[in-house]
Formats: sequence, C-alpha cells, structure tokens
Amino acid sequence: MSEKLKKIEQSLDEKLTAAEMYASRPRKWLLYLIVVLIIVSLVTWSASDVNFTGVTTVGSEVAKGVFYGIFNPDMKLLFGTTETDVPYLLLQTIAIAVLGTLFGGILAIPFAFLAAENIMPKPVAYLFRILILLIRTIPSLVWALMWIRVTGPGAQCGVITQSVCSIGMISKMYITAIENLDTKILESLDAMGCTPFQKIRYGVIPQLTASFISTMIYRFDINLKDATTLGIVGAGGIGASLVQCLNSRRWAMVGSFIWGLMVLVMIIELISTKIRKKLAHGEY
Amino acid sequence: MDKVEKTGKDTELKVKFFDRIFKPQVITLPNGNIVERPRSRTPFILLLLILVVFWAIRMTGFDMAMIIKRFSKLLDLLKKIFAPNWSFFPKVIKPLLDTIKMSILGTVIGCACALPVAILSSSNINKNAVTVTIFRFILGLIRTLPTLILAQVCALIFSLGTFAGTVAISIFTFGVVSKMLFESIETIDMGPFEAMEALGANKFQAFWSACIPQILPVYLSHSLYCFEMNVRASAILGYVGAGGLGITINERVGWRDYNGLGMVLLTLFVVVVAIEFLSSYLRKKLS
Repeated sequence: MSEKLKKIEQSLDEKLTAAEMYASRPRKWLLYLIVVLIIVSLVTWSASDVNFTGVTTVGSEVAKGVFYGIFNPDMKLLFGTTETDVPYLLLQTIAIAVLGTLFGGILAIPFAFLAAENIMPKPVAYLFRILILLIRTIPSLVWALMWIRVTGPGAQCGVITQSVCSIGMISKMYITAIENLDTKILESLDAMGCTPFQKIRYGVIPQLTASFISTMIYRFDINLKDATTLGIVGAGGIGASLVQCLNSRRWAMVGSFIWGLMVLVMIIELISTKIRKKLAHGEY
Repeated sequence: MDKVEKTGKDTELKVKFFDRIFKPQVITLPNGNIVERPRSRTPFILLLLILVVFWAIRMTGFDMAMIIKRFSKLLDLLKKIFAPNWSFFPKVIKPLLDTIKMSILGTVIGCACALPVAILSSSNINKNAVTVTIFRFILGLIRTLPTLILAQVCALIFSLGTFAGTVAISIFTFGVVSKMLFESIETIDMGPFEAMEALGANKFQAFWSACIPQILPVYLSHSLYCFEMNVRASAILGYVGAGGLGITINERVGWRDYNGLGMVLLTLFVVVVAIEFLSSYLRKKLS
C-alpha cells in the first residue's frame, strides 16, 4: 500500500503530461477477464441441463388465454362482495399479512435480544444466530405444509406460517438495531441514578422503536406478497383461487385476480415506502 | 396558515390538522415563558392498530387455543425432520444441482436484461420524464407478480421442467435488479460525465468511461444479492412443477416421509449458507 502511495506521489512530482498519465492508467483487464470467464463457465455448465423443449400446443393456448384474461377481466368478480370475490379475498390476504407480521415482530424481539453480541455472551449469541438462520432457510411454503397438519387448511394456517417465517428476517434486522445502540445514553442515565426500568424506558425503547416499526412495515410488504402465494398449498388468501382458475382455464377470472393482486401490492408498497421515509427522518 | 398568523403564533410555521382538534398542552416555565407540547399520537395509533388486529382475527378465524392444543403435532413433525434419513442423500443431489443451475442461469439472464432498462429508467441519465415513468411503471407491475404464480404460468406454457423455472426466475430477477440498480444509478456523481462532455466526448463515450465504472461494482453486488435470494426462492418453484428441489419436497410431504424431507432441508440449508457466505464475502470486496 505504501509503495503505491509513493508511486503516486512520485508521479505527482514528475508533473506528467496528460498522454503519459493516460498511458500509466490502472489496468484491470486481468480481473475483468477472470470474472467474465467464471460467469461464462457457470452459464455453460448450468445451461447444459436446462433444455428448451419448445412451447407445447397447450402452452400457446395458455399464453393467449392469460393475455386475453388480463385485458378482459371478469368485472363481476373484480367488484363483487361475496366471499369468493376479489375484494374479500384481498382483504383476507391483508388480514393474514397484518397478523403474521405483528406476531412475527413480537416473537422476534426475544430472539433478537438473545442473539445480540453486545448483550449476550458470544456462544449464546451464536447459538441463537444459527437458530434464526435455520428458520430463515426453510422456505415459507414448507412451513405452511407443516403447519397445515396442525391447523388444517384455511387462513389460520397462513397467519401462523407467516408469524414463524417472519422471525428470521425481522430478528436479523432487529439485531443490527440493537447492536447500534448508543450506550453513552445509558451511561449518562446511570450517572443520574436511574433505576434499570427507567433506563430501559428512557434509554433503550426510544432508540429502538423507530427502526423496529420500520422493519415491521418492510416485512409487512414482503408478507403481503408471500400471503398471495401461500394459497397454493391451501393456506388462505387469493393464491388458491388464482391457481384453481389457472388450472381450469377460466381466463377472465385469472385476469381479474391478477389485476386485484397488482393494484393491492402497488398501493401497499407506495404507502409503506412513505411511512418508512417519515420514520427515517424522525417525524411521526 | 392564515389562522396561525391571526392568532399571532408565528413561531410555528404550520399547524397540523391533528393539533387543531387536540389542542397542544400549554406549559408555563418557571421563568414565565410559555411553551406548547403537542399531544401524543401514540394512543390513537394504538387504538387503530387494536381495531385492525380484531378485524384481522375475525377475518382469518385465528384461534390461539386450538393451535396450542394441537401444537404437539408440529413437534412430532419437527422431531422427524431433525432426524434426517441419510440414505436419501444421493437422491437429493440431482434436483439440488438443477435448482442451482436454474438460479444461476435465471440470475444471469435477468441481470443482463436489467442493465439497459435500469439505465433507461434512471432520471439523471434519461432526461425524458415520460419514458422514465413508463419504464418504472412496467417494472413496478412486474415486481408485483409473485414468483410462484409466474412459475405456475411458465410451467403451463413451457411444459413442466427446469426451463419454466429459469424463465420465472429471470423475470423476477429482472424486476428486482432493475429497481435496485436505477435507485443506485441516480446517486452516482455526474461530474465526470459533464467533464468528459465538455472535453468533446459524445454522450456514449462519456457514459462509457465516466458512468459505467461507477455503476459496475454496484451492479455486480446487486446481482449477487439477487442470486442469493434466487437460490432460496427456486428451491420451492418445483412445487408447481418448475423443476428442482421443490418436486422432491412435494413428493416427500405427499408420502409423509418427513425423515427424507429433513434430509432435503438439511442439504438446502448447507447450500444456502455456503452461497450466502460466499456472496457476502464478494460483496464486501466490491464495496
């Protein structure tokens, strides 16, 4: 490093002309070559097993059907009010995501404190980190398949699945917030003679709430998208009806479900980004 | 605004709607100064939250007592999963490799398509506001589609197998990487670009040598991050028939062979952790 600095200083002293400086520009072609080679070899290796068998005759019909459905959605289904119509299913999806995120966010608090390195001894913290990683790696669909044995099919299964799944990511983000705690505030509260309860109330909670809430809103965003797919295994929400209609080729209904889904996710994303921006800038 | 000026409180620039209904608490300090303390919003937010939770519980029919009563069933399952059937391992390798291959190819294709679109939809490079809005809207629409639904549609179109999964992953990657990338492109320093233009370079030359070196590390880092997500996501794509580990998972669950499922999940866990470790190491090097 110091040699490099010396070289740079030397070149500055020499007052090179522009052409000389250009000639001595850093060359990274070897690095680029290696990166490109690695990517190309990976792609050829993986392309060997992914073979394109062509669009099946049914396939082109499906593609046409989906496009037809998107441009001609079933209006009665899209704005109906019974339990099988789009608005009700969307509300149910939102309800699943709300409960899942809330329970997940609450369950994640003890996990996060137990896995924070600045609070717990290192072995305990690492143990809980591995546990969190384990929860995170099991796909949500598999969790749903396991919980369905407990709760039976229905929206309830979606709620409990999401509560467990959310723990992984939420506690990971909580941990960063906890490890960034400003301990000087706690020390000054100590110097003022505060009790431990007062220290937590005025020193810890105000520092953490904003980032915790922000994390939960972010996860709510993800859970909402997830809740739409959990329906595939029978865990409630809009996914089940969408897949049923896809398989039974009712394109107009597929179109209306897709429209409902798109509009819902976009609105929620807009709102959540807005709230999180406000939280980050310290307003309420 | 007018009301504030009339009452003579010009210290406050804007009185919020909330504070007009619930008048702020007035405190007289020992030195005679009067300060105002706005009422806390927390009780109202909490009330709203409680109402929403009650509505959600009614909507989903959530029943805690039933879950606690039948919780032992899950423990039985977990016991079997944590006792993996090691002899099943050879049968996991092939679908596992399929999953990895699917995510590699999907990530590369998706990222390759994402770069030009991201450049076109970042407002500091493309000055045409209309096209920027159109591109962003389309990207937003693509991102709303869940991967599993995409995979289901692809599996119906391209017949069952890894190709359908690759297409689904490419589309998903395209949406995510484009969004992350145009957000980063908008934060790059445009000074060098202007300097090159002032020196007489044309737009493309200036872009190539002033912007690309700034974008490239971010682009690679986003791609790696997305690859990480894709490995995890593609593991379940097989559930709807798009190839990979999901088929095996579906099969094991169908046969109630939870020891075999445990083996599948264990290998997935090891692979995901290894890839996450590698990618976070590389991303640290890039930044």
